[in-house]
Amino acid sequence: MAKKKEEAVFTPTGLNKNTNGKVDKSVELPPATKKKHKELGLTDDNVIEMFEQMYLQRRFEERAMQMYQKGKFGGFLHLYIGQEAISTGTVFALDDKDDIITAYRDHGWGLVRGITAKEGMAELFGKAAGCSKGKGGSMHFAKTENHFWGGYGIVGGHIPIAGGLAFANKYNGNGQISTCFFGDGAVDQGALHETLNMSQLWKLPCVYVVENNGYSMGTAANRHTVGEIHERAKGYGMKSALFNGMDAFTVYENMKAIADDVRENSIPYFVEIRTYRYRGHSMSDPQKYRTKEELEQYQKTDPVERIKQYLLDEKIAKQKDIDATMDRIEEEVLEAVKFADETPFPEPEELYEDMFAGTPFIHDTKK
Amino acid sequence: MAVLQFREALRDAIDEEMNRDENVFIMGEEVAEYNGAYKVTEGLLDKYGFKRVIDTPISELGFAGIGVGAAMKGLRPIVEFMTFNFAVLAADQIINHASKIRYMLGGQASVPIVFRGPNASAGQLGATHSVAYDSMYAHFPGLSVIYPSEPDDAKGLLKSAIRNDDTVIFMESEQMYGLKGEVSEEKDYIIPIGKAKVKREGDDVTIVATGKMYHIAKQAAQQLEKDGVEAEIIDPRTIKPFDLETVIKSIKKTHRCVIVDEAHPFGGLASEVGFLIQREAFDYLDAPVLRVCLPDVCAPFSKPLFDLWLPDAKQIIEAVNAVMYR
Repeated sequence: MAKKKEEAVFTPTGLNKNTNGKVDKSVELPPATKKKHKELGLTDDNVIEMFEQMYLQRRFEERAMQMYQKGKFGGFLHLYIGQEAISTGTVFALDDKDDIITAYRDHGWGLVRGITAKEGMAELFGKAAGCSKGKGGSMHFAKTENHFWGGYGIVGGHIPIAGGLAFANKYNGNGQISTCFFGDGAVDQGALHETLNMSQLWKLPCVYVVENNGYSMGTAANRHTVGEIHERAKGYGMKSALFNGMDAFTVYENMKAIADDVRENSIPYFVEIRTYRYRGHSMSDPQKYRTKEELEQYQKTDPVERIKQYLLDEKIAKQKDIDATMDRIEEEVLEAVKFADETPFPEPEELYEDMFAGTPFIHDTKK
Repeated sequence: MAVLQFREALRDAIDEEMNRDENVFIMGEEVAEYNGAYKVTEGLLDKYGFKRVIDTPISELGFAGIGVGAAMKGLRPIVEFMTFNFAVLAADQIINHASKIRYMLGGQASVPIVFRGPNASAGQLGATHSVAYDSMYAHFPGLSVIYPSEPDDAKGLLKSAIRNDDTVIFMESEQMYGLKGEVSEEKDYIIPIGKAKVKREGDDVTIVATGKMYHIAKQAAQQLEKDGVEAEIIDPRTIKPFDLETVIKSIKKTHRCVIVDEAHPFGGLASEVGFLIQREAFDYLDAPVLRVCLPDVCAPFSKPLFDLWLPDAKQIIEAVNAVMYR
């Protein structure tokens, strides 16, 4: 009797998997650093500042989510909540002149590189006072004067551009380095392969960082990519690292060492930072691909709570000071919401502006 | 006037601009040690060294994007594609990034980059090596598209392209690199982007043709002259911005127009310009505007089929006869 043929299966299955209550984690977190802030070269004030930054990103996005749900603005809204230790630890590790470029989950990166809550919220609302004049929206925050080159909406599209920023730094011999952040989903794009190959070949001073938050939209990492992500560096003979992204100190410690190496030796680096996003891919995501238990386990490692607890444990700040700081930030965010609501939309003629640095030409219009 | 090959005119333009501005560099497949797949960059490596004349792997998407990033930081990259047929692999960088970054970021960055290389067909190379992309890029806001036909235009316009503060698509042809022509010896010779040139004067019919098609139109005009028909040939040189004024002025004199376009018919240069002519010069036309373009099929390999596929002088003459009711 002929053996019954099994139906072909392509993508590994994941949805509706019965794990008998065991949490099947999409990412395994490596241990956080055990070093105290002073061993890392951070002052008490630095730690307070880190907390403030992370709390600002958190509250900004929680309020943004509310405003989105209230219908104050449209478009996509991809939240960074849960990943704030990465943006914060990185910015403290880099020089202010080093380049940062990221994907569309970009609000945290913008805030930590000097976009004010008002400029950021106004951008979400599509207002003229937004950081990108209301032309970019949630996915295209930028502040190029602070070397934050923007958020980009095409998965992997900004990776070669990061190589170009690094190319320019090397060409000009200015000592600056570039850093590029993207999700685990972008690892599967050909643009990454081409850029890593050329970066190693040309020794471009660029750090390519995968913020592995476990999901490429609704597809778990083990369902969309093979092997260990950070090990891809081996194929290019490139230096690599893997570390915990739920702890700002761990990110700071590792990124500082990497940035020093990249700056000194003009080399690229491929880094996987494991993290977790608490919210859906975007606001329309029902999150049926993961369990509540999984989310709750990660929330126990919350980066904002962790650094807040550290401030108390190490007696860097008292509870009342922390409460006052949180109130101040909450106030700043609420003011930003009010500002974003009241500040005007762009004027109709602004539709035609910002297309050209040189002589403008717009086909078939008198403009 | 010096007589130069098309490739020499391009090389002179690149050389002069690299000499003038240290931020200008060139990269692409085989541009450095091989001296250029079509010898446009011959000698530049020796003159400027490995920092500014850079061989890339066959990674169009990757090196186009590296060019975009470098341009955002103030450099002036010239990115050579071995043909625009391969630039399709870099479409994400050209279309989604180079042309849009400035607007998306509210004017906070600009992308002064030149993407250049041969466009369209070059003999029997089959379907994937024979496409004219000028109209396609012209569709996207923000991109200047230049497709010159003669060495003089090539030199003056490439210099303008390199100095332009925004992204420019500069198209050439494998079949024109050896073409000789007189090139101005004027110091720092610049032709502004967006200006058409009347290359042959005539009262009977206006023929609009650029790039390789200009030379086909010229052949047709020479043939028509023997029959007593004087064609006026306008070479737009720049597809976008398009110099409609020069075309309309000519039509007001000739009252008839044939557009020669190396691309397929749907939504191409011919259809756009044809539309604009009917709107702007309706009362001046004595016949419907006609076009000579590729048929809506892929490029065939077989010689007789290929010859049937590519616009030729005979098709242009037929179109001219039709608009003149001859």
